[in-house]
Amino acid sequence: MVARKSTKKPNVSAEDLKQYYRDMLLIRRFEEKAGQLYGMGLIGGFCHLYIGQEAVVVGLEAAAEEGDRRITTYRDHGHMLACGMDPNGVMAELTGREGGYSRGKGGSMHMFSTEKRFYGGHGIVGANVPLGAGLAFADKYLGNDRVTFTYFGDGAANQGQVYETFNMAALWQLPVIFVIENNQYAMGTSQKRSTSSPDIYTRGQAFGIPGEAVDGMDVLAVKEAGDKAVAHCRSGAGPYILEIKTYRYRGHSMSDPAKYRTREEVQKMREEKDAIEHVRELLVSGGHATEEDLKAIDKEIKDVVNASAEFAKESPEPALEELWTDIIADAAPQNA
Amino acid sequence: MATEILMPALSPTMEEGTLAKWLVKEGDSVKAGDILAEIETDKATMEFEAVDEGTVGKILVAEGTEGVKVNTPIAVLLEDGESAEDAAPAPAAKPAEAAPAAAPKSAPATAKAPEAPKANTSPDWPEGTEMQTMTVREALNSAMAEEMRRDDTVFIMGEEVAEYQGAYKITQNLLEEFGAKRVIDTPITEHGFAGIGVGASWGGLRPIVEFMTWNFAMQAIDQIINSAAKTLYMSGGQMGSPIVFRGPNGAAARVGAQHSQDYAAWYAQVPGLRVVQPYSAADAKGLLKTAIRDPNPVVFLENEILYGRSFEVPKMDDFTIPFGKAKIWREGTDVTIVSFGIGMTYALEAADKLAEDGISAEVIDLRTLRPMDTDTVIASVMKTNRCVTVEEGWPVASIGNHISSVLMQKAFDYLDAPVINCTGKDVPMPYAANLEKLALTSTQEVIDAVRQVTYR
Repeated sequence: MVARKSTKKPNVSAEDLKQYYRDMLLIRRFEEKAGQLYGMGLIGGFCHLYIGQEAVVVGLEAAAEEGDRRITTYRDHGHMLACGMDPNGVMAELTGREGGYSRGKGGSMHMFSTEKRFYGGHGIVGANVPLGAGLAFADKYLGNDRVTFTYFGDGAANQGQVYETFNMAALWQLPVIFVIENNQYAMGTSQKRSTSSPDIYTRGQAFGIPGEAVDGMDVLAVKEAGDKAVAHCRSGAGPYILEIKTYRYRGHSMSDPAKYRTREEVQKMREEKDAIEHVRELLVSGGHATEEDLKAIDKEIKDVVNASAEFAKESPEPALEELWTDIIADAAPQNA
Repeated sequence: MATEILMPALSPTMEEGTLAKWLVKEGDSVKAGDILAEIETDKATMEFEAVDEGTVGKILVAEGTEGVKVNTPIAVLLEDGESAEDAAPAPAAKPAEAAPAAAPKSAPATAKAPEAPKANTSPDWPEGTEMQTMTVREALNSAMAEEMRRDDTVFIMGEEVAEYQGAYKITQNLLEEFGAKRVIDTPITEHGFAGIGVGASWGGLRPIVEFMTWNFAMQAIDQIINSAAKTLYMSGGQMGSPIVFRGPNGAAARVGAQHSQDYAAWYAQVPGLRVVQPYSAADAKGLLKTAIRDPNPVVFLENEILYGRSFEVPKMDDFTIPFGKAKIWREGTDVTIVSFGIGMTYALEAADKLAEDGISAEVIDLRTLRPMDTDTVIASVMKTNRCVTVEEGWPVASIGNHISSVLMQKAFDYLDAPVINCTGKDVPMPYAANLEKLALTSTQEVIDAVRQVTYR
């Protein structure tokens, strides 16, 4: 599945590499904790974990600049943490509490932060793709040079509105990066069984949108591809497609019986391809960090995650009056 | 410190499950991701993974045990160096911790004691304002042009809105005045451009999305409802969608079933939307200007047949009409006729004819369907004691049904007859001229309904 050669020598500084390690680890530990809280009944409904895919969003956030926007689907916790949203606010939204980003009214799939330019959190597969192009449309209209990262999965890549959007994005040269996080399974249907051609990134060709496949288990490869895509979009050359081949270790949601793939397949990915282990090795073998240093980072992350879980448990449920607020805005919203 | 492994909830609806099989035994060391046990939920048999590393100290629930409640301790996990004795005796199954199922303690705001509502009868423009005759088409066009002059972030996109000058000429001359950046022809791709419009509204713009007709917006309804209407709520008030979706709604003439549907009742049901359906040119102008300035998504329902009708419109620099204010077109004492949009033509015609027979009808134009000015309707019915509603849409779950329900709850003691809803017939729109006429409601049906409720 490796479509792109893993960068042998990190083309980033040791500090950056450490930061990627930290950011990816935060997502993994956060998600493990979320799974635990779900098991305890503290998180309800749907909960889609990002474990295994961490390098995708961490690599692309490393390519983003201040002012760029991002929008994604319902597997969104990793994206929020990677763009700097507060783990406490995210976890408290998962538990449906007042301290959550949407004050408990959105849930796992629906969080937003205009401050961090994170525009959700969308539960209808494919629907966030035109929305992301719309954000990019606004930036082009307003005459700035921002780009919008629009994330969706291999499953969403089969939705009609994705191609309606490709057409208009190319026609109007919108500064949008379509990031296809190909984790190989649309819920429980493998790409082989759902998708007529194996290379989703080529689907932009018909619209004149360049695309490439990227090894999503290698954060450096993702960052490098992200830099290229960002430069393309920011130069005014229109949209760009990145098909990032990744893998989800956990089920589609919490109630996934995992009958559609073997335990061995998952185990093999974890053992041979894990993105966090990859960076850990680079750090140690390159002499950038000792086992002690990494242990300290692990501990630091664990503390942040535990604190978020405590916050999410202790934050009160929203006041009953909240049922009736935020339905209609009275004043002009400050979206820009 | 030893930690308890609790019976997990493995689906949104699971309350208990069967511990089918242990895949580890006491003394085994495990790491995060190892499968500990197989658990049968209400949906499937699932593998249950360790989330921490450690040694399995004690197994508290034997395999094969059925009906194990969620959150019951099922095993104890020891950290390095701990012995099974360190593990405190398992407490009796803890009650589910803070399961956030709490039903609201008191049902919020149920019906208050009915009080006589007051109709807002303030005039829409100052008395003595100079008037001009304008078609609904011209009114809509001038509303958009004025708002685009006022605010650079307002733009219009849709099929044939620019070079073609609008399939129904509503956007005539806008391209010339505002240029291709702000008057944008789209491909025929409603779902996609509605979504782009909503995204643009989040990005700091104020889009007007024209649907050539609302029939085609069914392709885009997911974006209108799931993305535009619900985001303010889902974001805890952080971001809303200041966007107007507009175009002709309902039957035109002889265009068949797929081009003739009235969506008023559909959209009026959705919290988070504003829904407007004007009848006159003055209302079309004043309400569209309000819609473009409103911070919420507005569904603006026009009518092709009304586009060419002329009305008096006030000559004012800046003329707007607030949402949620009905208009009493004609005062009366014997019956209240409530309608909106093109239904008003039947309502007003019927009132004229009824007057010839000495029946005095009060005619109310709702103008906005969400928020709906039911106060004006209730106040009127408290005076007339009878009500007939008129719309072209289908009869089941119609706007008329809603008004009937409101009147039953808020003015039951004032009703001297059941409310009658004149609606389109419960059929897809036929093409044949005679059948199409029959499928719509009519002035005669309104007259018959009024006679029925007034027993005259």
